[in-house]
Amino acid sequence: MSTVRLVGWAVVALVLMALAVPWFLWGDAGTAFGLPVWLWWHVGWMALASVVFAVFARTDWGLGIEEVKPRG
Amino acid sequence: MADTTLQLGIVGGYMVVALAVGVVAYRLTDRTAEDYYLASRTLGTVVLLFTTFATLLSAFTFFGGPNLAYSAGPEWILVMGLMDGIIFAVLWYVLGYKQWLVGKRHGYVTLGEMLGDRFGSTPLRVVVAAVSLFWLFPYVMLQQKGAGQAIVGLTDGAVPFWVGAGGITLFMVLYVALSGMRGVAWTDTLQGLFMLSLVWVAVAWVLSAVGGSGEATGALAATNPDFLGLGGGLYTPQYIVSTAVSIAFGVTMFPQINQRFFAAGSKKVLKRTFALWPVLVVLLFVPAFMLGAWAAGLGVTVPEGGNVIPAILAEYTPTWFAALVIAGAMAAMMSSSDSMLLSGSSYLTRDVYRPLTGRDDATDERTDRREALLARVGVVVFATLSFVASLYTPGTLVQIGDTAFSGFAQLTVPVALALYWQGTTRRGMYAGVVGSQLFYGLHVFPVVAALSGLVGLDVALPATYLGWTPGVVGILVGLLLTVGVSLVTAPAATEDRSAYAVSGIEGD
Repeated sequence: MSTVRLVGWAVVALVLMALAVPWFLWGDAGTAFGLPVWLWWHVGWMALASVVFAVFARTDWGLGIEEVKPRG
Repeated sequence: MADTTLQLGIVGGYMVVALAVGVVAYRLTDRTAEDYYLASRTLGTVVLLFTTFATLLSAFTFFGGPNLAYSAGPEWILVMGLMDGIIFAVLWYVLGYKQWLVGKRHGYVTLGEMLGDRFGSTPLRVVVAAVSLFWLFPYVMLQQKGAGQAIVGLTDGAVPFWVGAGGITLFMVLYVALSGMRGVAWTDTLQGLFMLSLVWVAVAWVLSAVGGSGEATGALAATNPDFLGLGGGLYTPQYIVSTAVSIAFGVTMFPQINQRFFAAGSKKVLKRTFALWPVLVVLLFVPAFMLGAWAAGLGVTVPEGGNVIPAILAEYTPTWFAALVIAGAMAAMMSSSDSMLLSGSSYLTRDVYRPLTGRDDATDERTDRREALLARVGVVVFATLSFVASLYTPGTLVQIGDTAFSGFAQLTVPVALALYWQGTTRRGMYAGVVGSQLFYGLHVFPVVAALSGLVGLDVALPATYLGWTPGVVGILVGLLLTVGVSLVTAPAATEDRSAYAVSGIEGD
């Protein structure tokens, strides 16, 4: 079970990294509310990353690291 | 002249506050090495968050980064976000949390100590410390040089370079030597908050003067339409990814950042810091770098060799505010340098001086006191040497400092393997650490071209591999060497393969 969670979180981390830059907007110069659209995507994505990190810290912190069962 | 006095007053006042914080911290400091270097592993969320953050910020936040946005567009925000906000946060967990648990369990203070113990090898400890100091020293020198130049620029040369750089060095030595990690962390928190507020006030000020961000961005679209489009020019996908990866990996192995992994007060502190990280990065870099990009559209001219942020502030804000921002930039340089001095000193005294003079890791009270004194001597020696170097700034040192991030990045993969893969052997570590440093070093310094020139050949190593920088390729080389050599060698008898097995109970 913990292997599934480990792989799942690793995938989440990779997706967070991969889409921090909106590659699909490459070359797009559109603006909204005074800033480039790609910058808004980035700001939103970072906020999302913060939330995801907080969820990880609450639910699965220690995954893959606390490998040894506590003694006693 | 009145302006100069005012500006110097603001910068000077700022330094006095930093020193006062150092003195308060000193009164709370135990006379032990662990307290001096790690504040006895007690840092709380806000302090750990801001000390790491402020330590990460150098002159680049206020000068180099906005200059890049001014000349090539604001996409550097994405590099910083991906690098600092996400990759570093993940490494914060993967390397940082693990190192914290391991460090707490065994009482490690430096990276070299941690590796030397696991692999039963003092030479490995010395090698890791020596590699770190090799990249760190010139980097500290560049910060001192930057601070000296900022003072020269601020006073139009009324204060000579050596007084500016020397004065700042002296202040840092005073409060670092006095108070160690606790004082550094507190002044960093002050500096981080100061910089963050300053940047937002600057943006608000400039934007209200030009009629809002819509106007400013519209002006940029008229003059530099390509700046608003994602990518183009300097920014290729390979550039963005290479830069983000090599800086993020490098940051985790910078002694002053790596040592912070040992200093957290509790598991809860690490968790909170981890989650707040991406937001903090956006809060600082979006305004700072957008200011640089907007300056291009607003027709701000930057003097030759000057920086865009002071130029745009001079245009739209009063002199005293521009001086405050220069003080903020100095704060950024100082908050990086003070931490580097402290960590550099710990590597120097614990991982180089001690093993070479045959002293062991005894922890009785007498050794501890002598150690704490030695640490302070280390700070003074390190700071003095880098100050003297900054007066001459030999070209080679500048080059080492400029390439330091990727140099440190080469250590990340071997360290991660050591932490997680019990099959890593001592020889594997040597191969990975030394091999990747050699690979990267040969690309930074034109050794191959010079040697082949001697025998009349014209050979040079490629500047990039399919668009990827040698820094990133070197990381792969380190991975292959560490894994490959570990697989074909047997662990040495003195290795302690279970040294890094931790339960997490240590953190509760």
